[in-house]
Amino acid sequence: MNKVSLIIFREYLTRVKKKSFIIATFLGPILMGAVMFLPTYFALNTQGNQSFQVIDESGFMGAVFVSDNEVSYEYISTNLDIAKSDLLENDVDGLIYIPEFELNEPKGFALYGASNQSISTLSSIENTLELHIESLRLLASGLDKEVIDSFEVNIDLNTINLSNSGGEQESSSGAATIIGYIASLLIYMFVFIYGAMCMRGVIEEKSSRIVEIVLSSVKPFELMMGKVIGIAMVGLTQFVLWIILTGCISMLISVFMSPEALEMGAANGEMSSEADMMATALSALGGINMTLVLSAFLFYFIGGYLLYGALFAAIGSASESDADAQQFMLPVTAPLIISIISLSLVLQDPHGSVSFWMSIMPFTSPIIMMMRIPFGVAPWELIFSMFMLILGFLFTLWIAGRIYRVGILMHGTKVNWKILAKWFMTSD
Amino acid sequence: MDLIKIDHISKAYGGHQALSDVSLTIPDKSIFGLLGPNGAGKTTLIRIITKIIHQDQGKVFLNKEEITYDLVRKIGYLPEERGLYKKMKVGEQLIYLSQLKGLSRTEAVKRIKIWLEKLDLKSWWNKNVEDLSKGMAQKVQFIATVVHEPKLLILDEPFSGFDPVNADLIKNEILELRDKGATIIFSTHRMESVEELCDNIALINQSKKILDGSVKQIKEEHKKGQYIIDYTGILPTKESVDVLSQTDLEGDLKRAHIKFHQVSKPNDLIAQLIVSVQLFAFSEKIPTINEIFISKVSPSHE
Repeated sequence: MNKVSLIIFREYLTRVKKKSFIIATFLGPILMGAVMFLPTYFALNTQGNQSFQVIDESGFMGAVFVSDNEVSYEYISTNLDIAKSDLLENDVDGLIYIPEFELNEPKGFALYGASNQSISTLSSIENTLELHIESLRLLASGLDKEVIDSFEVNIDLNTINLSNSGGEQESSSGAATIIGYIASLLIYMFVFIYGAMCMRGVIEEKSSRIVEIVLSSVKPFELMMGKVIGIAMVGLTQFVLWIILTGCISMLISVFMSPEALEMGAANGEMSSEADMMATALSALGGINMTLVLSAFLFYFIGGYLLYGALFAAIGSASESDADAQQFMLPVTAPLIISIISLSLVLQDPHGSVSFWMSIMPFTSPIIMMMRIPFGVAPWELIFSMFMLILGFLFTLWIAGRIYRVGILMHGTKVNWKILAKWFMTSD
Repeated sequence: MDLIKIDHISKAYGGHQALSDVSLTIPDKSIFGLLGPNGAGKTTLIRIITKIIHQDQGKVFLNKEEITYDLVRKIGYLPEERGLYKKMKVGEQLIYLSQLKGLSRTEAVKRIKIWLEKLDLKSWWNKNVEDLSKGMAQKVQFIATVVHEPKLLILDEPFSGFDPVNADLIKNEILELRDKGATIIFSTHRMESVEELCDNIALINQSKKILDGSVKQIKEEHKKGQYIIDYTGILPTKESVDVLSQTDLEGDLKRAHIKFHQVSKPNDLIAQLIVSVQLFAFSEKIPTINEIFISKVSPSHE
């Protein structure tokens, strides 16, 4: 076997066999699934069982609150004080009190409950009351009910992207934002986690003094490349496993959730708002080229990791402990952090000049380009950016290799930027 | 035949001269000792031979060819700064290091098993390196250095960190490797090991080579006409003999460390002595490498 592949193999195996890798690989998708699943679950379930009592003293709010699958309303005619004292014993979530009031001065409404109500519950009750009183006032002003009904509008904004070829593409900037954010954050995380892993690996070799033994068999650059590539493969393995596991988990979830959703749809004759949102998101996903997003993700992950991984390896070669490495970390990782901070800027104008240049610059392009791709990027921009990234990581690998070959054998020197530059300039 | 020729090597780190104009030849199938105090430049020279660092001037030849990376990879090299992957198992680690030296996996496993048995580490195959004692780890490193049966072995301070028993074990392995036809270069600042092991030595001090040659020849050259004698009676006058030290043995018997003014054959010297003393023992004081080393590097010598 070739020596570099031996090194890659060792770096890969020792890491993949680690408990922490296995735990992270399985925990990641479960957490991700939980983040996606739990809010929906709570939204569907907790509110589904709410029940309210209504006391209407005004006499003209009789059919305002209509029970549905999620909330049930019960009109009662008992005295407010009695109802209040019964409230805690009865199994209801709250008591809506509608006093006698003047149409032009609606006051004194109250919601009694054993516990605090959620904001969505409050706003839904307020909304219902407001709408009804509004229409009552309109009626009182002499407008016909049919006229009032005809005022009601319901707008669902469809966003359509025009492409140069003249085709129309339905998309959702919401879905694009979410996909862009997830992809950018994942790249950021991966580059950071695996870059740091690379650095620690180099520090371990240096501080345990194995490095000179290994260097009697291979060149420093081969050792560095073996490590960088081996760890890249660990990252890829984790990523692929995450995708597979997340797929499995979300399938399980959808099997678990769908009967409920179907039932609800049948009962109401309409989809619940969450299911509606999901459907919109799914149809918008169709508009975003997921193959492009995924393959670009892989490219920018590998490219970005190589670019930073090489620099992290160089930092490691100059340090004897993690603490030594700290002083070099910030300047090296600054472009990554700036990229993450700039994401909101990019979102405001995905095709503006700031977004464009940041997605061309190799140090920021992995994160920024992943944010832009879901919004549609011209092929030449993508090719230009990828080309620059390849140049970028070849450049950092070259720099890192020159620092590494000297630094890895240096012990006991206090290293600063000047010394790094000197190592870099040292001739072979 | 000379295996290695070092030709006018110089190396400076920043302002510090680590080696200046060092030339050496290292004969084939012998043990070569590179001696010198700490910081003399031994490790630098070894790192230049193994191409880990690059000389500023001069050349290194191996078998009359200028040394290349590919030739270096065949050397067995035990660095001074040595360690192992702490989290890896002993067996796995040795297999990895042997594969890097070009052995196939099966061949590596076979040889490593033999070596582990030889050095009493057989039961440690599946143990993590971090559980080994320092001496054991050193043995594992030694195995990693020799497992591919190199023609040339370079050992930088091979005995540091060993207890006397294990140092002896390693010493015998080194001698055995030499007898099998390997050439061994080792550096040390401890002289005890040198006389038993080395056929040839070079002494380096403050970046310069001070002397080199075979151990026998160097000792011969550094004899100073000094003798140890056991005697009774009175030694000749100071005109012919200097008494460097003297101790009383039993009765009238005395032992003296003496130096003759003229250099001549032992029989002539004895003839001078027996005129005035009764001689019981007469032996030439041959300097140890340690003494030569100290006399050469001590500040008074400069």
